[in-house]
Amino acid sequence: MNDAVLTREERVVFELRDLYRRYGYRPYRMSKFEEYELYVRNKEFMVGDRVIAFNDTNGKMLALKPDVTLSIIKGGEDRPGEKQKVYYDENVYRVSKSTHRFKEIRQAGLECIGEVDLYDVYEAIVLAAESLGKIGGEYRLTVSHLGLLTEVIECVSKDPSFLEIASGCIAGKNAHDLKTACDESGVSAEGYDALCRLLSANFAPKDAPAFLSTLPDTPAAKEVGRLAALLSDSPCADKICFDFSLTGDVNYYNGFIFKGFLRGIASDVLSGGQYDGMMEKLGRTSRAVGFAIYLDLLEALDENDGGADLDVALLYDETCDPKDVAKAADAIRRAGKSCSALRAIPEKLRYKELKDMRKEGKKC
Amino acid sequence: MLNIALPKGRLGETVYDLFERAGFDCPSIREKNRKLIFENEKTGVRFFWVKPSDVQIYVERGAADLGVAGKDIILEYAPDVYELLDLGLGKCRMAVAAKKDFHDDNTKTLRVATKFPNVASSYYEGIGRDIDVIKLNGSIELAPILGLSDVIVDIVETGTTLRENDLEVKAEIFPISARLIANKSSFRFLSGEIGKITEKMKELVTEND
Repeated sequence: MNDAVLTREERVVFELRDLYRRYGYRPYRMSKFEEYELYVRNKEFMVGDRVIAFNDTNGKMLALKPDVTLSIIKGGEDRPGEKQKVYYDENVYRVSKSTHRFKEIRQAGLECIGEVDLYDVYEAIVLAAESLGKIGGEYRLTVSHLGLLTEVIECVSKDPSFLEIASGCIAGKNAHDLKTACDESGVSAEGYDALCRLLSANFAPKDAPAFLSTLPDTPAAKEVGRLAALLSDSPCADKICFDFSLTGDVNYYNGFIFKGFLRGIASDVLSGGQYDGMMEKLGRTSRAVGFAIYLDLLEALDENDGGADLDVALLYDETCDPKDVAKAADAIRRAGKSCSALRAIPEKLRYKELKDMRKEGKKC
Repeated sequence: MLNIALPKGRLGETVYDLFERAGFDCPSIREKNRKLIFENEKTGVRFFWVKPSDVQIYVERGAADLGVAGKDIILEYAPDVYELLDLGLGKCRMAVAAKKDFHDDNTKTLRVATKFPNVASSYYEGIGRDIDVIKLNGSIELAPILGLSDVIVDIVETGTTLRENDLEVKAEIFPISARLIANKSSFRFLSGEIGKITEKMKELVTEND
């Protein structure tokens, strides 16, 4: 098959399937529909709170899936010592932030559920980086740890409202408003400096020991040190950086979280992390890590090249014998060119060459 | 090349002066013509003027890597951007103002006229006051005078317009100044250039303080 006929999104999906399969992940197929009740019970884990709901023929209330992970969690079971490693590419239906209307979004991603350990988190991060590499172009994967942020902030102030304000400032790399918040909450100069180090952190895995030596030695800091040591030897180490301004929905994530960026796309195209807390709230004992790639965003990478829709436009009319038209068109296609036989040229058609078989224009 | 969105108007011109003093000049921007984009290959910057409230859209959507927006705009639209530096320029405040003789006795829904519905809603939600937001696009001060609203939530710079219309500030919501903002994806790929500009601007802002 000629790869040129595939869109970037289609090509990426094929390459991701191959990548995930090589790591032992299995495809997870699911229905477009899910019980509406699942989303009513778990609103806190959803991106937005609206779904397209409808009644099935038996009266049961269904919804078009706004999320994939909830369905995978619902469909699995906890088996001691085992891990469920699955990948998917599915359409989800959410309200667009810009248009405030429902939009079909194609997502690919993977989930590792079970007795997830540091290796699994490392593997998910490496797969996230390699997935970005498969899309093409320059990419960066940023990694953060939600626990580290909380632990360091709580080391400098026990005030719960300060935690929220400081987290917001760090997420926005906003050192000036953080200073004001620290002054108002009576945080020491050393405390402010520690928070500023978190806010401006942007280092490669190999530089983690030097960075972590400047922070309080908390459990999360130790985890960051162990993961960074693993990542510093990975093949994509130069594309990964730790940045603690990266925050996520604490209803959904805990521990390590990560986001992927591609040059030329204004927002993150990949988002993932550990979601053990969400599993627990859903009644599961397993731990979990996973990520999703928003494939619909990739079209921003495709420049409008102004090229032709067609190599040859073959023009004929009622004076032409259909046998002659078929013969001429076949000859063009056998020569490796695309050809469309037409009675008139559509206004917006862009073609490289015109072959006119009509009586008055028998030039071909 | 770093794309920088500047807010049209007096504040934008002052902000450009700061970029120039920081070593990121673009002389063509001072020429009198109708060009929209100004570029200096030597310093690696491309400036363009946009409506002040649109700067955050250009930056969030990645058409600009950096931009300068007021804190009022950032709080109203909550764009997903980094807020790298308080430039200390265009200082003013967001405030509640009303006719001098107005007293809010909490007996009915408060009618609030404003260009900043999100800021107003969030402020009154914080103090547990039920309000009816009346979104206006200009001449906000007219609203309480003509009885369209009880109060206004708006930017107050010197307070002259309020005084001349028999209005006064009833509460201050937050101080405002211009902020240097960056697109989150650009920050990953142009961190060196963005960091250099931010540091130079920070030095100048500290000097001004």
